[in-house]
Amino acid sequence: MLLLGSVVTGRPRRFGPRSRYTRAMLGYALRRMAGIVPVLFILLTVSFFVIRLAPGGPFAGGRALSARTHAELEQRYGLDRPLGAQYVAYLRALVHGDLGPSYSIRGESVGALIAAGLPVSATLGAAALGLALLAGLPLGLGAALRRDGLLDRGLAAFAALTLALPSFVTGPLLALGFGLWLRWLPVAGWQAGAARYLILPAVTLALPLAVAIARLMRASLLEVLNASYIRTARARGLGRARVLWRHALRPALVPVVSYLGPAATYLVTGSLVVETVFELPGTGRYLVQGAIDRDYPLVMGMVLVYGTLTLVANLGADLLHAWLDPRARHEPR
Amino acid sequence: MSSIPADGEPPVAPAALLSIEALRVCFGGPARAAAVADVSLAVHPGECLGVVGESGAGKSLTFLAALGLAPAGAAVSGRVRLGQTDLLAAPEAVLDRMRGGRVGFVFQDPMTSLTPHLTIGAQIAEPIVRHRALARRAARMRVLELLEQVRMPEPARRMRQYPHELSGGMRQRAMLAIALAGEPQLLIADEPTTALDVTLQAQILALLAHFKRERGMGLVLITHDFAAVAGVADRVAVMRAGQLIETGTVREVLKRPREPYTRELLSASAEPFAPNPAAPPGTSGAAPAVLAVDDLEVRFAQSVGGVRRRWFTALEAVSVTVAGGEALGVVGESGCGKSTLMRAALQLIRPHRGRVQWLGQDLLGLPARRIRRLRRDLQLVLQDPLASLDPQLSVEQLVGEPLQIHEPSLSSEARRVRVHAMLERVGLEPALYQRRAHELSGGQCQRVGIARAMILAPRLLVCDEPLSALDVRAQRQIRLLLAQLRRGQGTSLLFVSHDLSLVRHLCERALVLYLGRMVELAPTAQLFTRPLHPYTRELLEAIALADPDLQPARLAKVALGEPAAPLERPGGCAFRVRCAHATALCAERSPPWVSAGEGRWVACHHFRLWADGMLSP
Repeated sequence: MLLLGSVVTGRPRRFGPRSRYTRAMLGYALRRMAGIVPVLFILLTVSFFVIRLAPGGPFAGGRALSARTHAELEQRYGLDRPLGAQYVAYLRALVHGDLGPSYSIRGESVGALIAAGLPVSATLGAAALGLALLAGLPLGLGAALRRDGLLDRGLAAFAALTLALPSFVTGPLLALGFGLWLRWLPVAGWQAGAARYLILPAVTLALPLAVAIARLMRASLLEVLNASYIRTARARGLGRARVLWRHALRPALVPVVSYLGPAATYLVTGSLVVETVFELPGTGRYLVQGAIDRDYPLVMGMVLVYGTLTLVANLGADLLHAWLDPRARHEPR
Repeated sequence: MSSIPADGEPPVAPAALLSIEALRVCFGGPARAAAVADVSLAVHPGECLGVVGESGAGKSLTFLAALGLAPAGAAVSGRVRLGQTDLLAAPEAVLDRMRGGRVGFVFQDPMTSLTPHLTIGAQIAEPIVRHRALARRAARMRVLELLEQVRMPEPARRMRQYPHELSGGMRQRAMLAIALAGEPQLLIADEPTTALDVTLQAQILALLAHFKRERGMGLVLITHDFAAVAGVADRVAVMRAGQLIETGTVREVLKRPREPYTRELLSASAEPFAPNPAAPPGTSGAAPAVLAVDDLEVRFAQSVGGVRRRWFTALEAVSVTVAGGEALGVVGESGCGKSTLMRAALQLIRPHRGRVQWLGQDLLGLPARRIRRLRRDLQLVLQDPLASLDPQLSVEQLVGEPLQIHEPSLSSEARRVRVHAMLERVGLEPALYQRRAHELSGGQCQRVGIARAMILAPRLLVCDEPLSALDVRAQRQIRLLLAQLRRGQGTSLLFVSHDLSLVRHLCERALVLYLGRMVELAPTAQLFTRPLHPYTRELLEAIALADPDLQPARLAKVALGEPAAPLERPGGCAFRVRCAHATALCAERSPPWVSAGEGRWVACHHFRLWADGMLSP
């Protein structure tokens, strides 16, 4: 597909190493992006049937409804039709960008709920990831460079503590400390554009991630610094700083980048707790609430959003990996 | 820079480039034995010092420590001077100016010793910019020049490639270019040829000798193999367990070694042309074939840049048989298709064409389940002993596993008895039975690999470069073990190796492959004394001899350039581009595979001229 230039002009073009790789990488990225569509389709299909197979229905819980009201509701949302027909109708609407009405939140469409909540959740997630990288990478680097030093030991102790405390404990603790006692930051709530409301939830969400990244970075840098090519670089007379910057850093980042995929999954599940603790109007709560209420369109909407997010995050991680390591650039196929 | 005056006393060697005095390297406290104990050595300008010893003798560590590159946690003491500079007392900045500038390093295994994410051009430019302070454009020109000097094919293209895109020989050339980039007065080459095949070994050694002569550099050649040293070194130092055993001129040490240990090491650098008692002649062709390969062709799809596709023929028109009890060697340089032949014969890859028969039965049509049952008689020993053993299993479990699979009815007690008997036969002590693979030496690992293959008493043992990861002494031991096991059980052997001298010692017949085609098949004794194909002759000439009287002349004849790459197979006779005797006929038609009598076969238009002595090399 990227040979178009030469196909159109009909003459061969010579590619330097840069354009050669850019071309291969662009082709790879496009192929992988095209691959996301069928995966999402399978994900949606499986979710569609699985939630409908689960016992109970959207109007089974809550107030006891008369049989007639129940039937009326089912008819209104098309739930009395055969599963196959419902599925086709859902897909047809989806193609037109219609995610359907929410069953549990009266008068709201799933699309509107996501449009309102996603910016909050996305801001929170991006801020947490940014904070985690900003803190985790230098910490891991420092710990590896001074192995068994103060920073290294401090990190180990802090890591044990952080990983032992779930975010529904650290969240309220932070709110207690910085919100109630010091009164530096709001305890909970959200105002669009006000960073004050973002800090505590983002820190709560970022903490375990930062620790995980720091530990990964430390371990991988220690391993890289032991590699033969680092010795070769030193034997060229390059100073320690240059060897670290030019020869060690990129390979050391590879495991961290590979972790970004799973990290995205963590951010999704983590946001659920953090948004609840800090009363943020994000989308995290819909995931649980929708599932409990058997609000089929809401669940499907969440599956679509978080499925896309996870797939894109993994693709991003793979592309970054290929940028870091030329050996990962060629598709074996 | 700290210039140390000579303290009034006269220097030991006034013109020494590098002098090491009473160097001591210790790890983990004084209680442990020193890894390098009171070693004193000197290298003079224009001189090559060969440092020989087994792995773990401390030979690399001596020179790494001398230049401040010892691993963290090493306590280094003694005195090391480079010119007027006291290296052990010098600050890091001074050492950085020396390393890559006045002293260049070439390391073993260029795959792991080159930074994977930087192009080789960028890596060669680093010492140029660092030590010669050239501008970027001038540095680029210099990189090209250097790549040409180390005889890199297509230097302008190669300098933009990453290490993993180059062949082993090209990587070692790039490594050499990096070492030479800072115009060093001293080059330290640490096992520069160990991972390479015979032809490339000879080329890299010849290149080192060439640069030493041309630039008047001092050269330190660290190796486990006396043969590598014989053609290049002026003086030789022998090390064992961190201590200097013996030093002297190359002739003194190799011809009249004083120490018994030196003599033992020398005998391990087997003389490839000596008569061979291990291979009784005349067995070939007598017994019926166990394995017969007929007109085999293997192709691989190659994707270029992930888009275009083309076929690469790894093996073409290969027919050969292994008789019962016979040992057949398959030789050739890297990429000649010898491992592909082995894998196709074992049905590990599917050939494009041809037949493989096992005991008269066609293997290609057989369902996987039947083949799995046959595997019991077809066992395999691989090149990297550590990587091919499951790290989670103990030695005892590793060797017992084939029994578990193929003789499940055996009681665990009976299995243990057989495992222990096998381990004893391969010379492993009971103390090692519970260890894991990573706790063993390379030689011990390969013994486990052999025990694992031989415990089922297979009819055919296939070995893929089983000895090339080992040092010379372990090589010799394993070679003797293989010969002994084979004789004891009447097992046939298919032995794939780039090392002709090993094949000579183990096999009755040898098949020589070049770019996926058979070029010569002959009883090993005749192959060595009277090769019919010019390629075989070239391979024989590339073998390094541990003889300082013969080896320099042999090395001087070696072509410095890279052999033709397998992807660019020329028409006609594929070898003609490298052949000194090629004619118009060779370009026109590929030579037929014809019998030359005495069980010899060859594919060369002009072999009769060779055989009759009308052409001489």
